[in-house]
Parts: sequence; structure tokens; C-alpha cells
Amino acid sequence: MKKTVSIALLLALAAPAGVLAQGKGISDGVVKLGVLTDMTGYYSDLAGPGSVLAAKMAVEDFGGKVDGKPIQVVSADHQLKADVASNTARKWIDEQQVDALVDLVSSSTALAVMPIVNEKKRIALFSGPGTTAITGDKCNPYTVHYTYNNWALANGTGREVVEQGGKSWFFITADYAFGKSLEEDTSAVVKAAGGKVLGSVRFPSPGTTDFSSYVLQAQSSGAQIIGLANAGQDTVNSIKAATEYGLTKSQKLAGLLIFISDIHSLGLQTAQGLYATTAFYWDHDDASRKWAKRFQSHPDNKKKAMPTMVQAGVYSSVRHYLEAVKAAHTDDADAVMAKMRELPVNDFFAQNGRIGPDGLHRHDMYLVQVKTPKESKGPWDYYKILKTIPASQAFPSVEAQKCPIAVKK
Amino acid sequence: MQALFGQLLLGLINGSFYALLSLGLSIIFGLLNVVNFAHGALYMSGAMVAWLLAQYLGIGYWPALLLAPAVVGLVGVVIERTMLRRLYQLDNLYGLLFTFGLTLVIEGLFHEQYGNSGNPYPVPEVLQGGVRLPFMYLPEYRAWVVVVAMIVCFGSWLVIERTKLGSYLRAGTENPRLVQAFGINVPLMFTITYGFGVALAAFAGVMAAPIYQVSPGMGSNLIMVVFAVVVIGGMGSILGSILTGVGLGVIEGLTRYFYPPASSVVIFVIMALVLLVRPAGLFGRQK
Repeated sequence: MKKTVSIALLLALAAPAGVLAQGKGISDGVVKLGVLTDMTGYYSDLAGPGSVLAAKMAVEDFGGKVDGKPIQVVSADHQLKADVASNTARKWIDEQQVDALVDLVSSSTALAVMPIVNEKKRIALFSGPGTTAITGDKCNPYTVHYTYNNWALANGTGREVVEQGGKSWFFITADYAFGKSLEEDTSAVVKAAGGKVLGSVRFPSPGTTDFSSYVLQAQSSGAQIIGLANAGQDTVNSIKAATEYGLTKSQKLAGLLIFISDIHSLGLQTAQGLYATTAFYWDHDDASRKWAKRFQSHPDNKKKAMPTMVQAGVYSSVRHYLEAVKAAHTDDADAVMAKMRELPVNDFFAQNGRIGPDGLHRHDMYLVQVKTPKESKGPWDYYKILKTIPASQAFPSVEAQKCPIAVKK
Repeated sequence: MQALFGQLLLGLINGSFYALLSLGLSIIFGLLNVVNFAHGALYMSGAMVAWLLAQYLGIGYWPALLLAPAVVGLVGVVIERTMLRRLYQLDNLYGLLFTFGLTLVIEGLFHEQYGNSGNPYPVPEVLQGGVRLPFMYLPEYRAWVVVVAMIVCFGSWLVIERTKLGSYLRAGTENPRLVQAFGINVPLMFTITYGFGVALAAFAGVMAAPIYQVSPGMGSNLIMVVFAVVVIGGMGSILGSILTGVGLGVIEGLTRYFYPPASSVVIFVIMALVLLVRPAGLFGRQK
């Protein structure tokens, strides 16, 4: 008797929930995207206002509406602080019904909002952060890691450099989640390819502008390759110091995460010859050129800069999200996630990209080399594409990711 | 051992920067009693102006070394004449808050216009290259920075402590009315002092431009450290800020070598310790 009652009760509870889920449609009549990024700090040129613009362009291309309901974009500055990021995310979700969080440049802010989207069942579309933990041991069902991850960078640049004879490595590493993870991933690749790691030095980030002392330590390590496990202004400053101290005469630099904005800021004179792994280069094909030029000449793009891979990834991820909402006829996170995994990504950013059960978006990456001033024909003509790394080699397999929810299935 | 010598030399180089910046800060505080929080922003403006001169007018490093401080110093004069002057009678907290606000405005304007990742500024041709010392490779430009910083620091100290103009300045801060009674134009002296302090910051900015990227954030990265230097040396003590500037640069360099994660806080730890033992700073006078 007791059992029957409890089953009946359960059914009674479950039934309306099921009905609700089916007829959910677009909650509160609007699809709201929140671009949470670094608007003024270290990474504001590679993500920041450009990411907000990219998200808005994706919405524009959708005609401002999905499934008959308006799409809104809000944005905020997380100041690269984990607590600011999580507070903003909470406020957006609780008070403003934001459906999806976008960009989240810097791994520490991304990791801080992940438990929140998981708890509140909202979707996070990460374009800026790099740490592999996002779709590895910290993965959750509502996160998409879209543009690149450290594994892809390590495999692209790291493997190529070892294969070209750079056997011994020393790292200059940003001392936070992203840098450490990039160093670990690259070390593993270097060792697997038969090279060895002689050591590393970790610098406080943000907050370091003078890299001369780290460059000196790298120099005295005697390693052939100095791996830069850092990003944005840190990379720029460390490359500058390395050139200044003559490190590049006897040793080689491998920038593990290089954005086109960094090259622009360094100038080709200093940056020439660097290898980089990138998810996007504006001058790749007609589609990418067309979009990039639109981005560059957009009135909101005050600096007239070409898009970085993060910004291109923001556009593509938002667009894919909206496609999924359209196909699912709802903004319910579970239904949209299912559609996002089901549909391939095909646009100027990725061809036949797929989002795995771990949340990682697997697509082709490119190994590029920075042109010399002579080779470059004009502003933003910076990269030679050396090879396309197919999605299956560019990203780790689902099994290798050790994401608990993906393995169970 | 070799690497250690290298780090010591690097510390010296950084320290001379700290000295150059804290000198201007100290002069302004010592004579005007204004805590010039805008110092970092004005340093950045110096670098920015040098970059703009190169970018739009094709003016190179050497002329910029004089032009940029002159331009920024002039801006300093305008700021003093139109705004800062009104705050002298008030508690110096007002000056601090005003200059802090000024910093945000200046940085904001440059950030809005030129982004954050910085722009390249080449090392002048004559100073490209370097010398291979037994323990490290010393870029010529860095050596030049140390020498110039030392000359400027020592020169400023001489002017303020050993010349007639310097004695007027010092007297003017002690008792402006009395000095004015002798027929000396004290407000003009204050304007000159602020303008000079600002020009020093801008000069350091131009010196820094080829080493770092020229970016709107470059001042705020440095200003906290420079303030700590001034506090440790003793607010207003010119000799104190020069010596502590160099000394702390060396200590910071050594920390970078032995335990890098502590390098960004070591100066503040020292500041806390000094404040506990000698609240007026190492070279400061209790007022």
C-alpha cells in the first residue's frame, strides 16, 4: 500500500514536470546572452569589446530573433577576477534570466562560473579560456569549450617544434590555472615525442611587466627551446625581453598561445619566425576573409583590429547556440545542449566541428608561422599557414579527457 | 653564481627606474605636500606621447626624449594652475583623491583610443645590440638607462639641496608667506615644481618605451611599487627615494631568482616592516 502511494505520488509529481518541459518554449519570452569577458585588462584586446561585437554580429545575422522571440546581448567586465565572474554570473542568471554565458576569457574565471551554470542549468559557451580541466575532470553537462584548449596548443606547436629538432625545453609559465595546465600538457607532448624538459620558472600573473629576470634564468638553463606558457600581454612582454637579452640568438622561442593581436602589438620585426597554433586566421579562405573584414570595418570596432581566434569563436559559438535553440524550439538548457551536440558546426570558423559528450568542440586547428617583415604584404598579413591539423589530431579523444559524465555514457 | 650576478645587475636596472619615478613623486610631495597619484599615468603619457610622435610625425627617440617630457610637463602645469592649486589649503587626502581620479581619466582616454595590448617602440639604432659580460648579456639600451637615471637623480638632488633655487623651494614649502614677503613668487615656484616632477615621470616613460610595450596600463603596474618605494624611503626625502629605489630593485631581482612567486609582494612586505619600525620611513623626518 505504502509503495503504491509513493509511486502514485512520484507519478503525480513527475507528470506536470514532463508536460512543462515539453511545452517550455522560450522562457520569459526572450533569449538572453551574457558576454562575460575582460573589458579593460590584460586580455581586453584579444577578447573584450571584440567578443561583445562578435556576439552581437551573430545575433544580427539571426535577424535579432530566434523562434519568433527576441535575442538580447548583455555584457560585463569580469576584470579577470574569479569572484567578480561568479557574482556576475549568479546575478545575471537569478535576476536577469540570462540563458547562456559567453567567452569567459581566462581559465580562472571560467572555472569559477562552471559550478554555477551546472547548478542553475544554464549554458556556458567558453571561447577564451584554455585549461583542459574544463572538459576534463571538472566537466559538466552545460559547458561547451569552443575555440581551443591547452591540449590542442601543446600538440600543435609543441610536437612540431620537437619534430624539428627542439629536444630540450624550459618553460616561462604564468602562475595560474591556465599557465600551469599549458606547461603540463606541453611537457607531456615534449616527453612523448622524445624530448626532455629541463625546468621552468613561474611568474605572478597578472602583475609582471619585467621579464628580464625570467629570461635570464631561461637562458642559463641551456635549453634549446624556451616555451612560453602564458598569454596576451605576458607573452608580448616575455618575447620582448627575450629578444632584448639576445636569447633568440642561441635559443628558440615557442609561444604556446599566441593571438594575432599579440603579433600586431609586437610588430613583425620582433615576432617573425614564431610558431603558433590557432583555431582561426582571418586570411584562411573566402568565408573567413569576408567575415573578418566585416568585423574589422564594423563601426563598433574602434581600433579597426582583425578578429582573434577568441572573437571568431564567440561568433561561431553564439551562432551555433542560436541554431540549436531554433531547432529545439526552446531555450531549456538540456534540450539546447542535446541539439548543440547533435548538429555539426559549419561556418567560416569550423568545418564539420562536433561538440562531444564532454563538451569539447573538436574542429580543425592550424599550425602557422609568423611572417618576416619582407614576406608580409600589409597590415594584419602576419601568418603563413604551415598545415591544417585535423580535428581528430588537434583535440584529445573523449576517453583521454577523463570527464566523468562523458565516460559513464 | 653567474646567474646571481646577472640578477643583481637586473635589480640595479629596475631599481634605477624606481628611483627615477619615486624622485618625481618625492619632489612633488616634499615641496607641494601633494600625494601625486597621477604619477604613473603621467609616466605612461610620456611613453604614449613618444609613440605618437613616432607614429604620426616620424619623430624618433632622441628628440622625443626632450619633447615628450616637455609636452607632458606642460600638461602638468595646466593641471596645477587650473585644478591642483585649489587643493593646497585642504587636507592632502583631497590631493590624493583628485590625482587618483585624474589617473583613471587619463588611462581611460588612452585605453579607449589605443587598446590595451600595447604598441611597439624600437630601441634607437645606436643602442641596439649588447655586450657579453662573463655572467650575462647586457643590452646596451639597459646600460644607458642606468647611467641616465643616475645622472638625472643626482642632478635633481643637487639642484634642490645645493642651489639657491632649491633653497627658495624648500623655504617656500616651510613658510610660503614669509618667502613671499621677500618678493619671491611662491605660486610660480609651485607650478614649476609640479611641472618638473611631471616631466621627470614622462622622461622615465620615454626611457621605458623601448623596453616595455607602450600601453595604457604600464603606469598602474608600476605606481604601486613606486609608492611603496617612496613610503619606505620616507615621504618627501629625495635621497631616500633614490637609494631605496635602487635597493628595492635589487631585492626584487633576487626574489625573482630565488622564489619567483613572492616577487610581486616582497616590496610590500618590506614596506609593512619598515612602517612598523620607522613610521616615517628609512630616511624620513618625523614632522
